[in-house]
Amino acid sequence: MIIPVLSYKYYQRSLQYKKNIKIQRFQLEYKSYNKMDVSRRKFRQEQYSSINYHHSEYERRGSFVAACSAFRKIDVDQYNEDNYKEDECGESQSPPSIEALKTVLRNAPISSRNQMVKDAALNVVMQVLLSMKSSQIEEAVNALDRDHLDILMKYIYRGFETPSEGSSGQLLAWHEKVHAVAGVGCIVRVLTDKKRV
Amino acid sequence: MPESLSFGIDPITAHAWNKDRTKLAISPNSPEVHIYHFQRGEWKLEEILKEHDLKVTGIDWAPNTNRIVTCSADRNAYVWTQSEEKKWKPTLVLLRINRAATCVRWSPLENKFAVGSGARLISVCYFEKENDWWVSKHIKKPIRSTVTCLDWHPNDVLLAAGSTDFKVRVFSAYIKEIEDRPVSTSWGSKMPLGLMMAEFSNSTNGAGGWVHSVNFSSSGDRIAWVGHDSSISIADASKGMAVSVIRTDVLPFLACLWVSENRLIAAGHGCCPMLFEVNETGKVQFAGKLDASLKKETSGVSAMKKFQSLDRQARTETNDTSLGTLHQNAITSVCLHTGNKANATKFSTAGVDGLLAIWDFSNLESAMRGLKFN
Repeated sequence: MIIPVLSYKYYQRSLQYKKNIKIQRFQLEYKSYNKMDVSRRKFRQEQYSSINYHHSEYERRGSFVAACSAFRKIDVDQYNEDNYKEDECGESQSPPSIEALKTVLRNAPISSRNQMVKDAALNVVMQVLLSMKSSQIEEAVNALDRDHLDILMKYIYRGFETPSEGSSGQLLAWHEKVHAVAGVGCIVRVLTDKKRV
Repeated sequence: MPESLSFGIDPITAHAWNKDRTKLAISPNSPEVHIYHFQRGEWKLEEILKEHDLKVTGIDWAPNTNRIVTCSADRNAYVWTQSEEKKWKPTLVLLRINRAATCVRWSPLENKFAVGSGARLISVCYFEKENDWWVSKHIKKPIRSTVTCLDWHPNDVLLAAGSTDFKVRVFSAYIKEIEDRPVSTSWGSKMPLGLMMAEFSNSTNGAGGWVHSVNFSSSGDRIAWVGHDSSISIADASKGMAVSVIRTDVLPFLACLWVSENRLIAAGHGCCPMLFEVNETGKVQFAGKLDASLKKETSGVSAMKKFQSLDRQARTETNDTSLGTLHQNAITSVCLHTGNKANATKFSTAGVDGLLAIWDFSNLESAMRGLKFN
C-alpha cells in the first residue's frame, strides 16, 4: 500500500509543480508584456488574434480547452523576444544652449498652414525645453525679447496639451520664469492670438 | 485720493456727464438709464429713463445741445431731449440694423451721431427737419465684423471705428445735407461718405485681438487704440501713418482716452488706470500706474495683524480677497471730466463693480513724481 501512497504524493506534488511552473511562466510573461513597448504588443496581438476558436470542435470535443487547440500549431520561436528587431536609438545629446532655443523660436512656423510642419517644430522645441537644465531656464528667459517670449509661452501651453513623463513639471518651471518676466499679458496673447503655434 | 461713488452692485455699462458735470447718466447693466443730480453735496437719483427693451450698451450726452443718445441691444437708439418740466422725452432713431447696437458717440458739433453695431456697419444719424425725425446713413464696406468702439475726429467728419475683425479704420462720415465740404486733413483730402481713409491692423504678424476702444487725440492727427491682446497702439497720420505698439504685461485694457497731446490713459481688466506717454519720435511708452496711492501692504503678516483678525473676525488667515486698487473689478469706460482732450485735469472711470471714480491729475502727478518712469 505504501508505494501507491507514495506515488500519489508524488503525483500531487508534480501537479503542484506544474501549476507553479505555469504561474511562474504566466507571471514572467505578464511582467515582460507590460515592459514591452506598444509596437511589440501590437505585433503579439496581431499574431494571437489569428487564432480562431472553432465552435464545431467545441461541440465535438465537449470541452472549451480542447476546442482551442489551434494555439498548439503556432511556431513559438518566432515570438521569442530576442527575435524582435529594435530601432537603433540615437546617441544621447548634450543639453542644448540658449542659442539653440533662440534659433528654434526665431524659426517658429507660426504663419504656416501645414499642421505637420507645426507638429515637427513643436517636437523640436519640446526636446530643447525639456532637456535644458533647470538652472539654465532663468538665464535663457532673460536673454529673450518680448516677441520670442510670447512664442515661447505658446509652445509651453502646447506642450501642456500632450504631456509625457515629467514634462509638465519641467514646463511649469519654464512657465513660472516666463510669467515672472512677461507678466499676464503674455498669457493673454497666447489665448487671443489666432496664429497658433 | 480719487473720489468714488458707488451705484450699487450692478456693473455700470456706460456713463456720460452733462456739460457742467452736475448730472450723470449711467446704465446699470439693464434696459434703464439712471440720471443722477448732484444736489447739496450728494448724488440723488433724478429720473429713470425706461424706453429700451434690452440692455443699454452706450450712452452719450451732448454738452451744448443737452441731448442724450442711448443705444441698446434691441437694435434701437433713442435721442432724449429735456422738456420744460425737466422731463426727458425720447425720440426714436431709425438705425435700420438687424443686430444689436454696441456704441454711440455724438459728433463734436452735435449735429449728428454715429452708432456701431453687430450688423457689421456704422449708422451715421442726423436730424431731418422736413420730416422731423432722425435718419441714418450706413457705412458698410469694408467692415467684416462687429464694430465695438467709435470716436470722432475734431473736424466733425472723420470717424474712427474699432472692430472685432482685429482692425481699426478711419472713415469719412460726411453728410452733405447738413454740413459744408470739409477741408483736407492729414488723413486725406477727398472725403465722401463711407470712404475708408486708413486701416490699421491690431497686430503686426496677424490677428492680435479685438479692438476694445479707439480715441482721436485733440489735434486729430493721432489715434490710439487698445486691443484684447493687452496691447496699446498709436498711429500718427502726420508721420505717414506710423504705428507704435506696446504689448503690455498686464491684463487687457477696455478703454483709452487722450488727456493731452502726448499722454493717454488706458484702463481695463487690470482694474487700474495706466498712463502712457508718446515721446518726440512717436513711440509710446508706459509712464506709470495711477492707482499708486492705494498699495496694500504686501510685506509679510505681522503678529499684531494676525491676532487682530482672530479677535475681530475669528479668522486665522489675513489674506483679503480685495484688490489693492480702488476698483474691485474691471473698468469698462473712461470719460473726460474736467478739461478737454488737449489738457485734461480730471477724468472718470466706471467699472463692473458698480463704482464710479473721479481721478484728479494734480493729486496724481505729485503722487507719481516719486515713481520711476520707464
